[in-house]
Amino acid sequence: MIDTSLWNWDHVWASLPDMLMAFVKVTLVVTIVGSAIAIVLGLVIALVRRSAPKPISRIVTFLMNFIRMTPLVVQLLFMYYALTSWSPLMVGIAVFGVHYATFMAEVYRAGIDSVPRGQWEATTALSMSPGRTWISVIIPQAVRATVPALGNYVISMFKETPFLVAVSVIDMVGAARAYGADHFRFTEVFIVAGVLFLIASYPTSLLINRLEKRLAY
Amino acid sequence: MSDYLDAFGRALPQLLDGLLITVVLTLGGALLAFVIAIVLGLVARFDNIILRGAARIIIELFRGTSLVVQLFFFFFVLPLPPFYTQLNPIFVGVLALGLNYGAYAAEVVRGSINSVAAGQWEATTALSMTRTQRMWRIIFPQAWALMIPSLNNLLIQLLKGTAVVYTITIVDLTAVFNKLRVETSVYFAYGIALVIYFILAYLLMLFMNGLEKRAVHKLGRQAVSA
Repeated sequence: MIDTSLWNWDHVWASLPDMLMAFVKVTLVVTIVGSAIAIVLGLVIALVRRSAPKPISRIVTFLMNFIRMTPLVVQLLFMYYALTSWSPLMVGIAVFGVHYATFMAEVYRAGIDSVPRGQWEATTALSMSPGRTWISVIIPQAVRATVPALGNYVISMFKETPFLVAVSVIDMVGAARAYGADHFRFTEVFIVAGVLFLIASYPTSLLINRLEKRLAY
Repeated sequence: MSDYLDAFGRALPQLLDGLLITVVLTLGGALLAFVIAIVLGLVARFDNIILRGAARIIIELFRGTSLVVQLFFFFFVLPLPPFYTQLNPIFVGVLALGLNYGAYAAEVVRGSINSVAAGQWEATTALSMTRTQRMWRIIFPQAWALMIPSLNNLLIQLLKGTAVVYTITIVDLTAVFNKLRVETSVYFAYGIALVIYFILAYLLMLFMNGLEKRAVHKLGRQAVSA
């Protein structure tokens, strides 16, 4: 018996628990842990490119551009089949973290460049050590300017989590597809998945816009 | 290793077909995205609140829901009742990529037009140009130079986004390498796949940089980005 109606709420209520569970267990976990990795690793990449000896910084720059300019999906597949001892979810978190770190590194670079030269000169005048210069003068100012751009990348990452379908991790969209395939009914599940993405990402991006205006000085 | 090269040689015709599909998806998606971006970007600046509101809703809808959701929606939902519309998967791919990245690019178009210097707008009023003349001859050429770097980034994102279409049965570059992986090794197959995508992205970047140089040169300025 094929349901020919345009919309049937029964399918919404039946599929919602699985989708919400997958949302919390996969989509949110990958976004949060992946962002944490990207935020830290991105800063490391930016600092290495700036301060490490030329050959090392060249190699890091090339690797960064290579990862930035190649598809996340292929990187996921690659690592999924290469690191067979890792769980697919771990692979997903690592690949998302490293992929987005390469984007965040550029954000940090712009942030560091935007710190006025006088600040650097002042640390020299106060004969601060390089470590102290970075930790207590440059990074706090650089990071302030980068918060909105980093936030936007976190939202992008969130919206790309369905790419995990490539490595057999069932995220929210994967759960939607599984329900749809079982019941031969896809309309409700994908609309609900889209709405959940919208509900989570739209207010966050409004918040980031407001933050951007407040931090602009 | 020579086994791998043999397998690679045997897979070469399929590889070229896959490459063609990826290029078609990228260029088709980019073209559709460009048209959508210009239209939505211009309409999102209208005074008429209904048109402006409609453009905003479309932009936020396609930006806010994920590319994969849109792809699956067009692919899985449309053939079922009550729509009964079976689209060619490649067309579905182009449609989803075009709508998704078009919505992002619309914001770039709108933002760039808004950031053309106020004096330029005032000058067109002083010269009593019509609205069309103003946009076409004065504002858009300057906004165009501003928007190319962001469009460049989006174009590379779009190319990278095409790699997910193998999940809706399209045999693109990624799908061909998924097959080659079985015959050779993970490192060999995906290593080559990544290099090919990198070269494609690099070519797109060179093209867009050329476009930017031209656009900036036409305004009688020097290009800012290299």
